[in-house]
Amino acid sequence: MEKRVVFRSAWLPYVLLAPQLVITAMFFFWPAIQAVYYSFLLQDAFGMTSQFVWFQNYAELFRDSHYLSSFKTTAFFATLVATSGIFISLLLATMADSVIKGALVYKTFLIWPYAVAPAIAGVLWAFIFAPSIGIVTYYLKVLGFDWNWIIDPEQAMALVVIASVWKQISYNFLFFLAGLQSIPKSLIEAAAIDGAGPFRRFWTIVFPLLSPTTFFLLVINIIYSFFDTFGVIDATTQGGPGDATKVLVYKVYYDGVKAADLGSSSAQSVILMIVVVTLTVVQFRYVERKVQY
Amino acid sequence: MVENRPVRDAFAHAVLIVGIVIVAFPLWVTFVASTLTFDQIVTVPMPLWPGDQFMHNYTQVLTSGSEKGSSAPVGAMLVNSLIMALSISIGKIFISILSAFAIVYFRFPGRQFFFWSVFVTLMLPVEVRIIPTFKVASDLGILNSHVGLAMPLIASATATFLFRQFFMTIPDELAEAARIDGAGPMRFFFDVMLPLSKTHIAALFVILFIYGWNQYLWPLLITADESMYTVVIGIKRMIAGGDASNEWHLIMATAMLALMPPALVVVLMQKWFVKGLVETEK
Repeated sequence: MEKRVVFRSAWLPYVLLAPQLVITAMFFFWPAIQAVYYSFLLQDAFGMTSQFVWFQNYAELFRDSHYLSSFKTTAFFATLVATSGIFISLLLATMADSVIKGALVYKTFLIWPYAVAPAIAGVLWAFIFAPSIGIVTYYLKVLGFDWNWIIDPEQAMALVVIASVWKQISYNFLFFLAGLQSIPKSLIEAAAIDGAGPFRRFWTIVFPLLSPTTFFLLVINIIYSFFDTFGVIDATTQGGPGDATKVLVYKVYYDGVKAADLGSSSAQSVILMIVVVTLTVVQFRYVERKVQY
Repeated sequence: MVENRPVRDAFAHAVLIVGIVIVAFPLWVTFVASTLTFDQIVTVPMPLWPGDQFMHNYTQVLTSGSEKGSSAPVGAMLVNSLIMALSISIGKIFISILSAFAIVYFRFPGRQFFFWSVFVTLMLPVEVRIIPTFKVASDLGILNSHVGLAMPLIASATATFLFRQFFMTIPDELAEAARIDGAGPMRFFFDVMLPLSKTHIAALFVILFIYGWNQYLWPLLITADESMYTVVIGIKRMIAGGDASNEWHLIMATAMLALMPPALVVVLMQKWFVKGLVETEK
């Protein structure tokens, strides 16, 4: 798609583009190139000298059981966040779409968690689930369930999943609601006249028509759980106990900033970049298909 | 509604109300905790009805921070957060609308190249290039400054795309008429494009303001000095130790202060928020 009418100037377009390009070059391309370069370096323990070692950092990563288990942790975490977030939001959106009275009120009360920073979401949930003083911990104990996410790996994972899903519900909800509202009512009415009950209608008409939205949200939720949940984890479990919640992006941060292992952290960054590129390409493929539809 | 079934309607309302209660529960507990004394919170179970310490706790954090953790006043942190959120949102809108205008309304060598070079930045979230970006910021001497907080986050592929898509839908006749009347490109930009883009700018502003306010990893890396903390970082620094040693009443008051501004923006500007969210992801 191109404009038929354009302006002529030899210098103006460059001036207009300059601020964007300068910042992109300084803070995106240069650091990205540096990350690739560092990933081929091996530094001595004091960071004084470094030598070029080709793919040694990468080879070591794939031999490192901590790194491989971080991959597994991330996959597990992302699956839980994406599936439970999508399921809960779809349920709420379907309900909100079917009620006539109060729809706007429900919407208002469901969208605000979007505005809460991931780190703050982590703090809120860590507080109500706090091992000794948390209000939910107390009632779980009354029910005979012992809760301490500081020492129990599975409960730590549950906590970060709950906080991450909670924050993302609003986003999923709004997209599902928009998707549901764009489904022609005549289709649903026709099915109802043919005698299909509400569940039958949902599974044979609504759900298939929503599949582009669901797929889009799946990709977005995976990207979200890979990167944006850093705040949730840093404010609550900090990757612990042990490595139970040390997802890939937290490990990049931990190895690079806390452990100051530049080569390994950069190699991990490069691998993560490849993951984002793959996910973004998948997402854009989907956008192209949607345009045709 | 296809059928009129009171039972199913009641069921839908029940599910929604349960959903809202669960979603709002952490916020309510946070608010209640921010109005209690420390002793009331550590007495298990803590009350679920607000106490009378509201003024005391909020005045304390706003003016002098916490006692055991960071003692930076939250009032100053809120100012830092506001400066950061505003610079990021205004900066992003400013540079994106200009570059989209250049890409759509001019033909010049390297146009496709520049367009794609902005496009690929989508794929480089700050989380994957933290250390080299930190080095750049330190070489430029912008650590511990408002410029350092905002500038690296200003480049935006999504905003550029949004404006580009929108500019493509503007009829050619407008540009033609402007040219016939003798208006240059910048005159056309200010008198025609900018007013037409108002709703898009508002929608983007809401989304970007929340994005800027909620930044975590970048401010965590580059603010060593307490006076530059944003409120999201400040709260992390207040959490010093175990359950009983944290001053939860002050932490929770800070949490309320940190989440209220963006939450109010979402609720009060709901129309723009929904538009911005849906459009930026197109």
